[in-house]
Amino acid sequence: MITKRIIPCLDIKNGRVVKGTNFQGLSDVSDPVALAAYYSASGADELVFYDITASFEGRQLFTDILTKVASEIFIPLTVGGGINTVEDFDRVLKCGADKVSVNSGAIRNPKLIREAAQKYGNQCVVLSADIKRVNGEFRVFAKGGREDTGMEAIEWIRRGVALGAGEVVVNSIDTDGVKGGFDTPLLEAVCDAVKVPVIASGGAGSMAHFVELFKAIPDIDAGLAASVFHFGQIAIPDLKRELRNNDIIVRV
Amino acid sequence: MIAIIDYGVGNLFSLCSSFRKIGAQITVTADPNLIEAADKLILPGVGAFADAAKKLRDSGLDIVIKEQAAKGKPIMGICLGMQMLFEKSYEYGEHEGLGLLKGSVVPMEVRIPENLKIPHIGWNALHFSKDSKLFRYIKEEDCVYFVHSYYASDCEDSVIATAEYGRELTAAVEQGNVFGCQFHPEKSGEVGLNILRSFCDLEVTP
Repeated sequence: MITKRIIPCLDIKNGRVVKGTNFQGLSDVSDPVALAAYYSASGADELVFYDITASFEGRQLFTDILTKVASEIFIPLTVGGGINTVEDFDRVLKCGADKVSVNSGAIRNPKLIREAAQKYGNQCVVLSADIKRVNGEFRVFAKGGREDTGMEAIEWIRRGVALGAGEVVVNSIDTDGVKGGFDTPLLEAVCDAVKVPVIASGGAGSMAHFVELFKAIPDIDAGLAASVFHFGQIAIPDLKRELRNNDIIVRV
Repeated sequence: MIAIIDYGVGNLFSLCSSFRKIGAQITVTADPNLIEAADKLILPGVGAFADAAKKLRDSGLDIVIKEQAAKGKPIMGICLGMQMLFEKSYEYGEHEGLGLLKGSVVPMEVRIPENLKIPHIGWNALHFSKDSKLFRYIKEEDCVYFVHSYYASDCEDSVIATAEYGRELTAAVEQGNVFGCQFHPEKSGEVGLNILRSFCDLEVTP
């Protein structure tokens, strides 16, 4: 049986991890290479690196770090942030990324999904969508959740998958940061709409939220979170144990 | 020295990094002389079967690989590289492979329950069907990372491990000096590195 994946997400700015707390045995939590190694050793099934740098220099630092991480850590790595062209795919894949996630870049130019999928395969293209309820419908937001695109979210995701996205990350703006649990109604709607892996993001506050997620929606493939892992509220080995105790199949 | 055969398919960054990590000497090459001089061969591959098979044929590397395998040199195919070891593939038509192993590569579609997603992506547990030199440093039920939509079928002679995804899918093969992994050892954490280690540690008869 395929296992449910637990994915920590690391936001990188100017070569450093943006948020983080002190972990035992890890002296520099803002060092992406050290933190990635720590997560990998704790049983993370995959890592997402999100580049929130705006400058050219920052981007350079990001690819240097990616190269270092990919030379040391042998689990799947996904890169997102600032991916607007096929050349951007090329830039991060050469540094050892396995998958690339597109968000605003694909909203501006949906053909990017098709071009990248044709060149690198569907498995390489992850569609990441920031979604918020507006007037009773699920709406896609661009630019880090700041701009309402007016597009209905489920339709956008369906289209992205038809264009070649091999995986979907659903980030609920409504539940993000609230730590009250994942957005089950939204995630259920996405799982019903597409037949590619769906990764839940936004809302994890406790281990129980991950258990609820996988119990409520058996089709969900993975749970992604940032702060609960970085701030040490949830340790991945404990989470895996808790999931296993609840009959959810995970890699230990 | 291990030669990683570079025939222009897929990104070899992680594969090279993982061999370096375990201290193996590697060369990434398409040069028949270097391939001949190497102790062991790795046949990587990501993408479409027909395209990869054509690239091997056009470069003449198919003949080089067959010669080396016939001489008893250990060769391991990874992912699409493993699929290339078989007689043929039914990925978008019917295409000839290297034929080093008996069997063919078939789509998961219609062969696994409809509710299961394709590709088979993620970590899945290995079920051993035979003893293998590749499993020296790992144990049954260890998880490895898969990404594929096609699998090797009718290969009872060579299958050494399967993974359950609606049915038992061929996960690893061994026959004589020919080895293969459908999953990505270079993305399978310590378990994956240990599989590569066991390949590196194979005794080579000169």
